[in-house]
Parts: sequence; structure tokens; C-alpha cells
Amino acid sequence: MSAIKQKGWKEIPKGGLILEAGNAEQYETGSWRSQRPVRDEQKCTHCLICWVFCPDSSIIVEEGKIKDIDYKHCKGCGICAAECPAKAITMIDENEFREKEE
Amino acid sequence: MSKKTVAITGNGAAAYAFKQINPDVVAAYPITPQTDLVQSFSEYVADGLVDTEFITVESEHSAMSACVGAAAAGGRVMTATSANGLALMFEILYIAASSKLPIVMPVVNRALSGPINIHCDHSDTMGARDAGWIQIYSENAQEAYDNIIQAVRIAENMKVRLPVMVMYDGFIISHGIDRVDFLDDTTVRDFVGKYQPNYPLLDVEKPLTFGPLDLYDYYFEHKRQQAEDINNSKPVILEIAKEFREISGREYGLFEAYHLEDAEIALVALSSTAGTIKAVVDDLRAEGRKVGLLKPRIFRPFPYMEIAQALSHLKAIAILDRSVSFGGFGGPLFTEIRSALLESGKIPENINIIYGLGGRDINQQDIKGIYDQLDGIVRSGRVKERVQYVGVRE
Repeated sequence: MSAIKQKGWKEIPKGGLILEAGNAEQYETGSWRSQRPVRDEQKCTHCLICWVFCPDSSIIVEEGKIKDIDYKHCKGCGICAAECPAKAITMIDENEFREKEE
Repeated sequence: MSKKTVAITGNGAAAYAFKQINPDVVAAYPITPQTDLVQSFSEYVADGLVDTEFITVESEHSAMSACVGAAAAGGRVMTATSANGLALMFEILYIAASSKLPIVMPVVNRALSGPINIHCDHSDTMGARDAGWIQIYSENAQEAYDNIIQAVRIAENMKVRLPVMVMYDGFIISHGIDRVDFLDDTTVRDFVGKYQPNYPLLDVEKPLTFGPLDLYDYYFEHKRQQAEDINNSKPVILEIAKEFREISGREYGLFEAYHLEDAEIALVALSSTAGTIKAVVDDLRAEGRKVGLLKPRIFRPFPYMEIAQALSHLKAIAILDRSVSFGGFGGPLFTEIRSALLESGKIPENINIIYGLGGRDINQQDIKGIYDQLDGIVRSGRVKERVQYVGVRE
């Protein structure tokens, strides 16, 4: 499911080095997810606790408010749902969305 | 070229090479028989004769880890070890090679435990032969000194950029006093030159990552690169040997052939044993016998084609291994050479002699016996026992 074209051994930096900072963003890990965090806009107080805890920087914040969740990178660990003081985030089985998409 | 001839131990000569190379960082832990190499070098550090940052560590695992960190930071880095110390480094040896860090490390060959033993055999470095390091075996203190200086250039060559081990035999060479010709400091300094790191971590303008997770999608590609780079070191090793001859007058190749061209039978042996064999070759040649010796210098990358060609005209050869590959078909040198001979089309009769484990001496009489046995094989056309243990009590 990687969006990056896989390169041959002559084309990549030697020694397994990553020569560019911050390029982990290009590696889409969203397909690893089995549970999807879904945010209830009504309950959310925009306290940003989820943004603090999210290990994958997948809480998208604009002008101090939570705008969205980055499902291309969210691995579905559930920390946001567990930490949310307003109980505004629910983890839902990813299959439910896949069935709908199909 | 100016030179200084001294009587010195192998470890003393190696420490002197360290001093002249003046690396940025040395991280090392003492182990017999390497100990007085590092001890002598630490005195050069204490006396202010080098600029090296000398890191005393709590183990060899830490020594090699500190070397990896220092080399990734962008320094010219050296260390040294033996036997169990090398075994404790094992995990980090692979990381140094796969991260393409040009660390130079003399390994003073010693038998691995157990039972515990401090004397020479090659079980330590033979066990590490697949770690991705270039491996250079030295016959005597002079070669140890010369190989350490050349190793810096080989490791740092842009086409190579790999760590290099330089071996010499524990106690026999490390503690025996040899005649050694030292180059002067300026000559060595000019020869090794200034180190240019490719991707120094300390360059904060260009942030980068060393050692990231590398799964099934790229690990194989990185291993393929490593295989290519170590094979590319072969012409580089020869090129540097040529340059070294210009400053020293001493010849180095991938291996040394001693009275081999017109020989009918020959021995193949690494390191100090080759010195003993040369004396036997001289004696037998004086009697008119057509005997020779091939002494591999570079074991990794293994110069299989060159060695196969050099041996293919012989009628019979004995390959001497100072280590056992338990359960294997002969020792590691034997399996390499026997396999390489298939490339030459013509395969001399061959036997494998396992000898000298744990520092057991091999003397001139033993070696003469092996040549006599080869003569018998040539006469009868029969090999009674392919893999033999010489010098062990039945």
C-alpha cells in the first residue's frame, strides 16, 4: 500500500542512511490500522490532549482547533480515545468502513 | 623515504602504526593478547603525542558501539581486540559494516573459549568472516604494521567505505620481537591523508538518520550494495599496495606466492605459519624438490579467481586451517579454496590440515611431513584422508 515507488539497490543511499529529515511522512502507515478513531464534533472541547498524546502526529490542528484525523498515517493505537477527557473519540472496527467503501 | 629499523613486538609495531596514523577516536577494552597494543597506545595518548580521544569502555560490545558512534559522527576511528572480545563485539561488527563505517581494527588472533585459552588460532576472526568486514592476515610484525597503515586507506576509499580487520597471530607475533622497518611520521601522515567523512552526523546543516528500521522492502537492497562494495575493494587494495610500495619498498598483493610458479606441490597457509613454511620450502628446494607456498593476505573479499589460477598448475596441495568449522567439510580456508578451484577448470589433488588450535605449535618437521604426504598423493594418485588433524595426540 506504500505510496513510494520501490527503488533498486543502485538507486538508494548506502548503509541504510536516510539523508533527508522529516521524510517519514511519505511512508503511509494508515493501512496498518484495525480500529479507527472517530471524533464527535459535538463532544470535542478542543483541549488538544489527543494532539499531545498521538505518537503518529495524526491529529490535524488548525488555528488551535482540531480539524481532522490523518487516516493516512494513524495506526489506530487508540491513545487518543483513551486519553480524551470529554470521551469524544470512539474506536470503531475498521471493517465497518471497509464494507461501506466496498 | 627515511626509515627506522627497530626490534619490537607485533603489538608494539601496531601501537606505533596507531600513533603515526593519529586517529580521532580510539575506543578499546583490554584483552590478552591484544592488551599491550592498546596499553602502549594509551601511553602515547597520555604523553600528548597524539590528538586522539581515547575512550575507556566497560566491554568490547561498548568499544565497538563507541566506535560506531564516533565514526558516524565523522571521525577516523580505530580499536583492537582478540578472541572473546571480538565475540562480544559480534552484534556491532555487523552494524559497523552495514552502516559503511570505515573503522580499522587489528585483531590479534587467539582461540575462542571454551575451554578458556589465550593462545593463537584463527577461530575468532574466521567466526566473524561473514560480518561484512574486509579481513587482512599478516605474517609478522612488519606486515601487521604495514597492513594497519594500508587498512586506513582501504577502509576510507570512496568506492569501499567499509571497516577493516587486520590480523596477526597472538603471542607468536604480538609478543615475539621482530625486526621492523618503521616509516617516518610525515610519510605515514601524508600516506593516510586527511579523512573526509561522507555523511558526518556532526554536520548539523544536513540532518540525517543512521541505522533506521529496514524491513523486507529495503533490507535486501542494502545487503546487495554491501556485497558489491566489498567486492569492489579488491582493485582498491591492489592500488593502495602499489602506492605503499612507493613509500616503503615493500610488496603486497591479494596473496603471496613463494616459489609457487614452478612448484609441483604446495601448501596454503595464513599468517605466522607461512613464515615457518618458507624456511621448510628453502630447505626442500635446496634438495631439489619442487615445493611452494601460497599465503593468502586478503581473506575477505576472498580473491577466489586469482588464488584458483595461482594453484591450478599444481599436482597436489595441502590447505592449512588454524580453526575448525565444526560439522563442516574441512576448515574455512579449505572450503573457500576447494570451491574456488572449480573456477579454474583444473583441480589439483587436495587435502585439508587442521592444526595449531589453542596455540599448539606446528614445527618444520610437521610441515616437511605434509610435503612428504603430498608427494605420496602425487605418486599414488590417491588421497587416504581428506581432512586431517596434525599435531593432536591420538
